[in-house]
Formats: sequence, C-alpha cells, structure tokens
Amino acid sequence: MVVSANIPLGSNHFLLKFTHKEKLPEMLPGQFVQVRVDNAPGVFLRRPISVNFVDQQKNELWLLVQKVGEGTRKMSEYKAGEVVNMLLPLGNSFTMPKSAQSRLLLVGGGVGIAPLLYMGSLLKQQGCNPMFLLGARSADGLMQMDDFKQFGEVFITTEDGSAGEKGFVTQHSILQGHIDKIYTCGPTPMMQAVARFAQNNDIECEASLENKMACGFGACLCCVTQTQSGHKCVCSEGPVFNTKELSWQI
Amino acid sequence: MADLKIRIGELEFKNPVTTASGTFGFGEEYTDFMDLDRIGGIFTKGTTIRHREGNAYPRMAETPSGMLNAVGLQNKGVDYFISSIYPRIKDYDTNIMVNVSGSTIEDYVATAEKVNELDKIPAIELNISCPNVKQGGMTFGVSCAGAAEVVRAVRKAYSKTLIVKLSPNVTDIASIAQAVEEEGADSVSLINTLLGMAIDAETRKPYLSTITGGLSGPCVKPVALRMVWQVAKAVKIPVIGLGGIMNAADAIEFFLAGATAIQIGTANFIDPAISVKVVEGINEYLDRHGCSSIYDIIGALEA
Repeated sequence: MVVSANIPLGSNHFLLKFTHKEKLPEMLPGQFVQVRVDNAPGVFLRRPISVNFVDQQKNELWLLVQKVGEGTRKMSEYKAGEVVNMLLPLGNSFTMPKSAQSRLLLVGGGVGIAPLLYMGSLLKQQGCNPMFLLGARSADGLMQMDDFKQFGEVFITTEDGSAGEKGFVTQHSILQGHIDKIYTCGPTPMMQAVARFAQNNDIECEASLENKMACGFGACLCCVTQTQSGHKCVCSEGPVFNTKELSWQI
Repeated sequence: MADLKIRIGELEFKNPVTTASGTFGFGEEYTDFMDLDRIGGIFTKGTTIRHREGNAYPRMAETPSGMLNAVGLQNKGVDYFISSIYPRIKDYDTNIMVNVSGSTIEDYVATAEKVNELDKIPAIELNISCPNVKQGGMTFGVSCAGAAEVVRAVRKAYSKTLIVKLSPNVTDIASIAQAVEEEGADSVSLINTLLGMAIDAETRKPYLSTITGGLSGPCVKPVALRMVWQVAKAVKIPVIGLGGIMNAADAIEFFLAGATAIQIGTANFIDPAISVKVVEGINEYLDRHGCSSIYDIIGALEA
C-alpha cells in the first residue's frame, strides 16, 4: 500500500490514507489491517489498526491512528509515496440491521470512533439513517466531525463540557429515545457501560474489541477474550462481538 | 537446483523447512497467504488429551526483538482434533505432525495412542518443554530422568516417528537430548521458548496474567543456535533446530550448527508466507555455494 496522505489530527492522532495500484479487496465495517512498521528498532510485531473508511472511488483506505508507542509514532512520520506492507482485511465485521427503518446508534470514544465512520457510511448507503454518539475528554479530542456528519446526525459528549453535553456517552440525552441497535467501539470501560445500558434496555449491542495481538489471523491465540463459549480470538472470531456473548461483568 | 529432501527417522521430508507448534495453528490459518504444499512439514498447535481453555488474557507482551507468550496450551483436545480438524487437513501434501502435550505421563500416552491411529499423521512431537502450564509440560523436560520416563512410556505406545521437543530452561540440554535418544526418540527439536517476564514500570504490574511466559523471536536465536550445536554433537539422531529464525540466512546457520531440519515459529506472525520464502532462500544459497544436497551443509560449521 502506498501512503497518499498523512494528516495530523490534534497532537495525538493522525489520519493515514493509502492507495494501491490494484483494486482494494472488499473490506467490511469493523475489519482491521496489520501494519508492518519498518525501521523502528523497538517494534517487532505488526500493529493492528481498524479500517476507518474505504473510499471506493479513489481506491483509498483510511486509518485513524493514535500515537501510543514507538510503532504508531513511527507511523505518524509516514510520508506520501511511502510504501507500507500490511495484511488486509482481517477479522469479522459489524452486522447490518434487519431493517433500514431501525434506529441505529453508533457509540464511539477516543480513537475508537475509527470503525464507526466506515460502518456509518455503509449504513447510509443502504438507506439507514445512523446516529453517531461520540465522546471525548474535551472538544480538541473530537475528530472527523465533518466526515461523520455526511452519514448521519452526530451527538457529542465531552468530559469537561467543552463541546456537546457534559459527561460520558452513557449520560447523553439521546439515550432516552428509542434505539433498536447499538454499535460501539472505544475504551473497554466505555464499551462496558454502553453494553450495560443496552442490556438494561433490551437493545442489541455489538462491540469492537482491541486486545493485544501477535499474528492477527487466529494462529497464535494471544488476543483471546472470555466469552459464554470459552476463549475466543479477538482477531479472527472478532473483533466484533455481540455484547451478550462476552463474559463482561456488567 | 539442489536436493532438499531430508529424513527424520523413517520419515521423508520434501524440504527441511517446517513450521513450529503454536505459531501455525493447524495450517489452515495460513492458506490465504501461502501454499502449504511448498514446505516440508507442519507441527500443529499443542494438543492435549482434554480440552484446555489456556491462561487468562493478557497472554502476550512484545519485547525487544521478540515476544513473550503465555497461551497455556489452549486447544480443544485430541478427540476434537481427530473428529473435526484432521479430516480437513489430512490431505495437504506435506508432513502434518501433531504436537502432543500433557500434564501427566498417562495423558501423554493416551494422546499419543489416539494420534497413532491416524494414517496421515506420520509423526508426533512430544512437548516436554511448555513453560506456560502449571503441571506437566516443562517439568518433564528439565531433568534427564523426567524426560526419559515420559519418552519411554510414549515410545511403547507410539509406533511412528517420535520427535521430542526440548526445553532450553536447563543447565545441560545435551544430556537431556542423550537421555531421550536412549529411550528411542527418533529426533529432538529445540528450542522451546525461554522462560522470561516483562513488567510495566508505570503500573508496577506484570504484562502477562501468568507473570512469566515463554520468550521467542530473533532475541533467542543465539541461544538456540548454541544449543543446537551442542546437541547435534552429542546425539546421533537428527536434530530439528528452531528459535528466532526470521529468514533463510538464519536457517542456514542452524544447518551449519548441525540441524537436519528447521522450524519457523514467531516469524510466521510477521510474514505469514515466510516459510516458503525460506525454502527458496535455502535453494538459492545451496546453488550459490555449489552444493548438490542440503546434507552438504548440515553440521558443516568450520571451527
């Protein structure tokens, strides 16, 4: 894959856009890629990054990345034209709603908003009207707002109240209305709070997990999460799980 | 093109490149990336008499030039392997060898007996060196008496090629290799992972749920190479070398140290098609050095 753009988003995040000379394979919402980060001495394994968006017309893949350690810091230095080795697409995907009339809420926090943009775009394409509920610590942590707005109504919470409603996503007033299905991705405590809300209100909920991985395709069994039917690989049997299936203490 | 065929016991391999247990699933996980028929063999994920859930998450930590794992032999048990996995993989044109693990001698024997009945499984790798389970595993592999005892019992129950996977977490690996050779092992494979640990200084907590885990990757290669060299000098049976092989040049080093075959492990995670590339690279090396057979370089270290 060839880097076509590297756009800083605030001090801690960046958006990478990649193209390829051949047509990109079909990628499903919720799937991820495994990026090999070269020339970073402390980085041994690939870095799993969620598919943020696929621009079919431009044959472009977007990855929204947070600077966490040496690997993602190295990725933040990618320049247009640079060639990057990645395995894709990996993992399962969010499932589409049964009906286009369903009231769908996509709840994201921090860099976990990444897969929700692509999911939202496909929902919109299929005639749904998805709603996005996005949380951040403060206004400057909100990213890709204009992109999200293309695909549905956007609701915001910030912990300091600098944008949208003050508090956590689970405190937003939109949750008082009717919802048929929730898709969520973000920090585990946030997803667990969302799953608890869904459970208490009998709403179907899918969460995209982000466990530490080695291979990314189900060989090493390192990234497991505990489910009702034992350990499952987040990489190959996830990353998306129905939250009822997970053994979360919620 | 040089002749890459090798023999381990009664078993012929089309080439000396195999994939290490625990890093290659049952082969199926890799069919999107490579042609399994191109490599000499596959060592399956560790298989035990009964289903094992493995250790709690987190089970993996990246380390300088390597990784620690503490998977703990998660597998669905040998009966599930026989009924559900074996039928899907048995017709790959490569040697499929089952890594047999256990907590007790009875478990090892019972698993080996069941695998002995499978026509298309020509060998087992007896894992007496897993560092991530509380009982059994490595405890058999760290003494000559323990290693001999389990190999003796399994040898009686298993009639095909018996490979014993050795632990590097010992004082004298050559004497353990001799002990298992004495009991009728057809080959030894080494090294399993090195016991290690990693700590998050900020939280003062270990990275692994089990605190300690098995270290693999290029960081262990010098240790593995040294042990393969020591063992190859000490035994007559063929040695299968593994530990941090990332490319063909690494593999060649193991042949020179005395390995008859090699296993590729952790490198599969970074490049899932690496094993085929290593076959090609070995070919290229042998041609460049005017060798007609892989046997020309096995143990050919000039020291």
